[in-house]
Amino acid sequence: MSQVSDSIKPHLTFDTAAAEALAAPLSPGQLAWRRFKRHRMAVVGSLGLIVMMIFIITGSFFYTEKYSNFNDPANRLAAPAPDHYFGTDSTGRDLFARIIYGGQISLIIGVSSVALALLLGITIGGLAGYYSGWVDAILMRFTEAALSIPSLFLLIILGKLFGSEIPTMKLLGRTFSGSVIVVILVIGLTSWMYLARIVRANILSLREMDYIAASRALGVSNLRILVQHLIPNTIAPIIVAATLGLANAIISEAYVSFLGLGVQPPTASWGNLMDQSISLIQRGVWWMWLFPSLFIVLTILFTNFVGDGLRDALDPRRKV
Amino acid sequence: MTTYILRRLIQGIFILMIITTVSFGLTRMASDPMAQYTLGRISSEDRARIRKNLGLDQPIPVQYFKWLSLAVRGDFGYSITNRQPVSELIMQRLPQTLVLMVTAEVVIIILSALLGIYSAVKQYSLFDNVLTGLSFVGFSLPIFFIALTLMFIFAVQFKEWGLPYLPTGADVWKFTDLSELVTHLILPVASLAIIQVAGYTRYLRSSMLEVLSQDYIRTARAKGLIERAVVVRHALRNAALPLVTLIGLDAPALLAGAIVTETVYSWPGMGRLFWQQAGRGDYPTVMAILLIVATAVVVFQILTDIAYTVVDPRIRLS
Repeated sequence: MSQVSDSIKPHLTFDTAAAEALAAPLSPGQLAWRRFKRHRMAVVGSLGLIVMMIFIITGSFFYTEKYSNFNDPANRLAAPAPDHYFGTDSTGRDLFARIIYGGQISLIIGVSSVALALLLGITIGGLAGYYSGWVDAILMRFTEAALSIPSLFLLIILGKLFGSEIPTMKLLGRTFSGSVIVVILVIGLTSWMYLARIVRANILSLREMDYIAASRALGVSNLRILVQHLIPNTIAPIIVAATLGLANAIISEAYVSFLGLGVQPPTASWGNLMDQSISLIQRGVWWMWLFPSLFIVLTILFTNFVGDGLRDALDPRRKV
Repeated sequence: MTTYILRRLIQGIFILMIITTVSFGLTRMASDPMAQYTLGRISSEDRARIRKNLGLDQPIPVQYFKWLSLAVRGDFGYSITNRQPVSELIMQRLPQTLVLMVTAEVVIIILSALLGIYSAVKQYSLFDNVLTGLSFVGFSLPIFFIALTLMFIFAVQFKEWGLPYLPTGADVWKFTDLSELVTHLILPVASLAIIQVAGYTRYLRSSMLEVLSQDYIRTARAKGLIERAVVVRHALRNAALPLVTLIGLDAPALLAGAIVTETVYSWPGMGRLFWQQAGRGDYPTVMAILLIVATAVVVFQILTDIAYTVVDPRIRLS
């Protein structure tokens, strides 16, 4: 029998490329996943983001939030040492613990403000693209107006508008400064414009296609055509824009908090951990800005890698 | 062409109307300019009188149209907190911002042109690979990280190590001394340049690569032109077109200055003025800066579009 199997073996190692060609065709999703996996930096980026998430989430099992907000004036501005890995800040709070909790807040802000920007951008872009005419003209002028002010200016004005008196709030047994909601609103309201333009441009070309004409002939309502046919078909650029938007949202949070208009202490965020660092840098205090910055930079870098990979993977014109 | 420019101008004015309406409303609602009078030294009648004198007792839409009718004639009113004409306040800051921003822009353009061209010509060389990696990282860096790192190394640590160090702040200094100006400029300009250079280099590299692979470049080489002429006179001209547009669209933001850089290096520019006055509810100053910046953006957009048709005859405006 063994002889027989030996003689059969060569036949089993047939041309894999030919076999793949014979196999069932892959779905667009599978093809995209395959292209994504071949993008080395995208894989590094996703792994990096996963490690970052694990660090931030499991960290809160080792350090309580109370500890991260605990003032220890006797130990203020201590340099990194085994009992405080990243040192302490100007009121003696442990920076390592604050980076864990600040990371949770920064990521929550990033994801929620991107969700808000998606809602606004898709709605405005979708309506402008589908209805064209005066709806389009007004919505697009409004979008251009929002784009014509440097975004940090808008962030400052809006931060002032919503930021005057903020109550604290409780969620999932934890107390947050209400400024977290303010920052989400402010960033979401200032970052929908590119999305709106992308969605509009895509829908403008899609709505001339035959299948839309067919839907119309069948009497499908405008809303349903928009929501069920047009927007799902423009999902690829939306995903890419949302990923890159996450990086931008995390930077924006850091900017406004750095300027003192963002998340208010004692709630930590990666941005507000640094807000005193300019005055302290002269005294040689480097840990207060270096560690939060590094976490911000790494997260942005990983997110941009993933975004780049997604852009390549979701473009059907690219071959595997 | 004329109708196109006219239509763009009308659209531009419409956009400016939206911007001023929305930002006036937001700024006025965001903070009360009267807040500075609540120190208890002023009676409530006086408060009411000041409020009336400043026109703050009227409905916000009325205030807006009053402000607009003066602003279009170039009168931005008086700063509420400094009691100085806004135009004077801005003219104090504008030169400093321009010195910083024009220097930064010159450095940015020269560096990105050199790096972008070199890395495209030597595609996949060690230099190109390192630069591509670095520019991806540089592009992702937030400016406060760069500014604080440079400041820590070249101002704080160099001083500690006894090396010649650079100044950290620019609050008290004079324009007259050129060497002092230069030493104060190095760090802020470097901070501003790194991110932009990273972005523009990536852009120029890819558009150079695209142009270099075209037939007319091969023709130029085939007729025996030296490589430098091919790269600079034939390729760069076409490759730089999109970059010129990009710079044209980014440039007006320079007028406003860079809020974070100016804050870190305490540079007395427009960006920092905006940030400070927005915090004090000084809406005449805030609105004036916004209007200047937004007008610059809109005007530059139209100019860039027109310039594009001049340098690239393939594009027709309609």
